[in-house]
Amino acid sequence: MFKNLMDWIEYRLPIMRVANMHAVQYPAPRNMNFWYVFGFLATIVLVNQIVTGIWLTMSFEPSAERAFASVEFIMRDVEYGWILRYMHSTGASAFFIVVYLHMFRGMIYGSYQKPRELLWLFGMFIYLALMAEAFMGYVLPWGQMSYWGAQVIVSLFSAIPVIGPDLVVWIQGDYVISGATLNRFFALHVIALPLVIVILVFLHIVALHEVGSNNPDGTDVKRKKGSLSEDEKTKFKIHEYYTDKYDIIDDIVPFFPHIVLKDLVAFSLFLIAFCYVMFFNPGMGGYFLEHPNFEIANGLKTPEHIFPVWYFTPFYAILKAVPHKLGGVICMFAAIVALALLPWIDRGRVKSWRYRCGLHTWNLIIFAGVFIFLGYLGGTPQEAWKIIASQILTIMYFGFFFLLWIYSKNEKTKPVPARITG
Amino acid sequence: MKKLILVLAFLLPNAVFAAGGGVHLDTANYDLTDKVSLQNGAKLFQNYCLGCHQMQYQRYQRAFEDLGIPTEIGQENLQFTGEKVGDYIKNGMPADSAAKWFGAPPPDLTLVARVRGADWLYTYLRTFYVDESRPFGVNNLVFPEVGMPHVLQELQGVPSKATEEHMVDGEMVERYVGIKSDGSGVLSPEEYDSAVLDLVNYLVYTGEPSRLESESIGRWVIIFLLVFFVLIYLLKKEYWRDVH
Repeated sequence: MFKNLMDWIEYRLPIMRVANMHAVQYPAPRNMNFWYVFGFLATIVLVNQIVTGIWLTMSFEPSAERAFASVEFIMRDVEYGWILRYMHSTGASAFFIVVYLHMFRGMIYGSYQKPRELLWLFGMFIYLALMAEAFMGYVLPWGQMSYWGAQVIVSLFSAIPVIGPDLVVWIQGDYVISGATLNRFFALHVIALPLVIVILVFLHIVALHEVGSNNPDGTDVKRKKGSLSEDEKTKFKIHEYYTDKYDIIDDIVPFFPHIVLKDLVAFSLFLIAFCYVMFFNPGMGGYFLEHPNFEIANGLKTPEHIFPVWYFTPFYAILKAVPHKLGGVICMFAAIVALALLPWIDRGRVKSWRYRCGLHTWNLIIFAGVFIFLGYLGGTPQEAWKIIASQILTIMYFGFFFLLWIYSKNEKTKPVPARITG
Repeated sequence: MKKLILVLAFLLPNAVFAAGGGVHLDTANYDLTDKVSLQNGAKLFQNYCLGCHQMQYQRYQRAFEDLGIPTEIGQENLQFTGEKVGDYIKNGMPADSAAKWFGAPPPDLTLVARVRGADWLYTYLRTFYVDESRPFGVNNLVFPEVGMPHVLQELQGVPSKATEEHMVDGEMVERYVGIKSDGSGVLSPEEYDSAVLDLVNYLVYTGEPSRLESESIGRWVIIFLLVFFVLIYLLKKEYWRDVH
């Protein structure tokens, strides 16, 4: 009876076929280590943001008069509203933590290299959309940092020659940041950008499954059709979509249950950290929820220090490092564009840092350090030495890409193993 | 043009205007589980703060419930002007007039502990001192040029900056040693500190009424997740046994 019903549906809608192809019988290299769990975690956090976001909109009132009070209404009068709100606010920071780790994984194992350039680009578009989404979400509670942070970020557009000032008014919907701005940011935050992000994530996954997952060795597990003996082929049941086109070597596991279980182990560890923050320290010492944002927005009272939330601070430091306003804005966007262009900046053929030159390893480690240090500089009060430090670090940030472009041309690499190790 | 300068002023490296003037903050050892302290804090707030400051996001009823105050006793002792128990803790001061009287309307205090931190509040309320140059005759160590009078003077007495003379390199030098009351207050210095701590405790509570519930739920969530982690880890190991 049940099977008949399933067959009836399957004949009309390929649920099982798609599920098998993309979630059950998808071949994944068996040596994918802990660096490979962050994509899964990012998806989980995205779902968390959407679900808690829906419930928050039920009580949130997007107007300059009521926004701040309605957030406190959620925190106090809505049953377990504080859990929803903290899940959403902690989720925002968690999203960036897992996304930054996910991106760095792509960098150390060369996951952006051919044939995964488009996959990487979709990822960068998700990152951009995510930054816009987070920025607009931060404006909604209408606290002091919401207001003044929006002021600083929106005013960046005024640096654009000729159209700049008019563009700012167009974005704000007013001559200053006001209730009109709050209203449109709400619309963009709850429907436009989430829709864009979900579509991009879908494309990101489709593109991934088309080219297959990379792994810490950078060795391809798909071989030319007919090149492998039956012994060398994987014994696991893999979907015909993949086996029709390639021979799959015996170095893979199916996505379900193997990868799903591994991801669930990471998920439970992640949840422990997440819930610790959410239940015991949701403000994270002013990093996840900034202290001045518990004061209602006041256009006449500038806070002593204006910082964006921690996940924007590396780029904010680059912006401030350049003494010229338009120059700073250009540098900040160039910092993101440079990341997006990695597949073409890196001219090497070997993917993983395991088999690339020693300089590459150091270049990556120093780049990570530079990024974190820039974040520190952008998120703490300005001091004289910090200006010089952030200028040096900005040069080092772009130096990473320049060096990579130079040495990747005729790089001394180690031989890449034919089969997956470890 | 003015706006552009304003905007540039935010973007360009600013000189640092330190809040608190680098004054050392005393640690407030508040205890959210201490209901007696919270109740005393609520009483102090109603008597000394509410005249000017509101708690427009906090309802009486919620505070009564969380602090273990029976509704009738709360209404008799903590609600002075016949509000309903479900009302927000507000006063009748018109914001426009308040701005005229004090230069700025007195800020809402529901979330002040989350903006300033408990240590800051605890230090602030204990570091008023006599300064005749100020409109209300007092100034404050952590909030220089403060715009409010020392409303707790009745409790603390008249506080002033105390100095001691020390011999340095053969010269007598005056050194600041702390705030001392003239003893005209109802409370002793120790009692005053303890009363302020109660008030701070109450303000920490109103900043986040869900804090204790959050921690008690959180404990069980973490315990559940630890068990879940062990089980899922063992299951994963079982499935991966033949792979490596």
